Amino acid sequence: MAKARFSITQLPGFGLIAIVTFVMLYLPIIILVVFSFNEGVSQSRWEGFSLQWYQAAFNNTQVRDVSLRSLWLAVTASGLATALATLAALGTTRVGRFPGQTMIYALINQPLMVPEIVTGIALLIFVAAIKVQTGYTGMGYLVAAHTAFCIPFAYLPIRARLETLDHALEAAAADLYASPIQAFRYITLPLMIPGILAGFMLGFVISLDTVVITEFVKSAGQDTLPTYMLGQLRRTVTPEMNAIATLFLALSLVIVTAFFLITRTRGR
Amino acid sequence: MRGHGWKWLLCTPALIVLLLAASGPLLIVAVYSFLSPGNMGGVSWEFTLDAWFRVFFRRDIFEPDLVEWNTAHLQVFWRSIWLSLQTTFICAFLGFPTAWFIATRPRHTRTIWLFLITIPFWTNLLIRTFAIQEMIRNNGTINAVLMWTGVIDSPIQMMFTEFAVLLGMAYVFLPLMVLPLYAAMEKMDFSLVEAGYDLYASRLNVLWHVILPQVKPGFIAGSILVFIPAIGAYVTPRILGGGRTMMLGNLIALQFGQGRNWPLGAALALLMLVVVVGALIFYLRVVGRNDEVRRG
Repeated sequence: MAKARFSITQLPGFGLIAIVTFVMLYLPIIILVVFSFNEGVSQSRWEGFSLQWYQAAFNNTQVRDVSLRSLWLAVTASGLATALATLAALGTTRVGRFPGQTMIYALINQPLMVPEIVTGIALLIFVAAIKVQTGYTGMGYLVAAHTAFCIPFAYLPIRARLETLDHALEAAAADLYASPIQAFRYITLPLMIPGILAGFMLGFVISLDTVVITEFVKSAGQDTLPTYMLGQLRRTVTPEMNAIATLFLALSLVIVTAFFLITRTRGR
Repeated sequence: MRGHGWKWLLCTPALIVLLLAASGPLLIVAVYSFLSPGNMGGVSWEFTLDAWFRVFFRRDIFEPDLVEWNTAHLQVFWRSIWLSLQTTFICAFLGFPTAWFIATRPRHTRTIWLFLITIPFWTNLLIRTFAIQEMIRNNGTINAVLMWTGVIDSPIQMMFTEFAVLLGMAYVFLPLMVLPLYAAMEKMDFSLVEAGYDLYASRLNVLWHVILPQVKPGFIAGSILVFIPAIGAYVTPRILGGGRTMMLGNLIALQFGQGRNWPLGAALALLMLVVVVGALIFYLRVVGRNDEVRRG
């Protein structure tokens, strides 16, 4: 029997723990998806394949309402956040140090560091005060809260992209008598597009996932898909919830894959 | 283009939104923690230290002069810290070998393993908590399998226990530990590992004296990244836990719901913020010191 080659990268038991970890990470999600196709109500006994729970989810007007609201909110907030983050990235990247830069970074990254529950109740207090003063109860609060929360996530990939851009390209444009605006429009901006797209997608996913902030900011009848699910989970849930969760997961998966592909081509 | 004004101008729109909808409201929380609670929630504008007093102490109902520790609150603080530390430990125990496994794969398959860790990171926390709930419910997957195989006769109660909260938090925060550990291992100098073995070091010695010192920054970063959201957890204990496994986040939320004591909730929220900022400062100190050692 040949003796196994000694490998410096091997540590005893590590491979096993890693595989167990991957299994534990995916098993609950896989089971959740599998039982969304179950014919019966049970979530632990397989009774045959059926799409009835998807049909039920599609026919549930409340689910349709909250899903559309979530998507609308994610597109709006992430779009706004991406626009603001793009400007901020242009103002803070490749420009050398300037007074107040640290403060700007701290402000941009603040939503990443403060626990969501703290931001949530802070916004609850603030929004309650504004509501009393103005009487406005529209979606504006949610849009503002989600936009602020998405800014750091949109900012990161845009900034990363900008940092890799070659100054020489803009210098060449200037040498060829391009005005600063032309250089930006035809050189810098097109090169920034992958970063901007990635930033938008990250913001979109984050907005779609945000539950705590939404829960505390929303007015009556402004449930999003996550807050709707949070409310439903307290009751006995049917596989309809599995079906909704599966569709939600599929959407996230598509976006994350696209994000991975876009950011991977960065170096080329 | 020589002045700095244009840089500020480009940042201004983002800063306005952040000040209005993220940083500014935190200042209002600080103010509210010094006010009296209103009758139907909200506040009445009278200055008092009562909320801060109530965070830690309470007065006897019959003898208002008798001040005692607010044990209900202290229990929640302790549970939050203890569960967060345990979560961090579990994530480290599982995350270190996992990150090592990924970092030692051949380059072309490494991306796939890394992607597999990243996917849960970007999928909805609520859905992942729901998936855990489905596993550990009384008629959930684990109990069904155990009863089917005859290991147990009646379901084990796992939901609404501290175990459930711990399991849920470790599950949802694990990628936060693996990713920085992997980043540190990827930069690691494997020739040092080889040198260790050439000098007849045992695997344990190499792990302890060669590998761990090199990945320490990733370890600390991962621990902080897990500990902070664990301390701030709200969704996971709310779904998987119950009244007896309440964490700080749920205690805060309670003051704005049934509790109707906004100033107390504000004070508790600030307390949480202090813990988080403390953890961050600790992190910056330790990492800063590491950098100095390396440069020196």
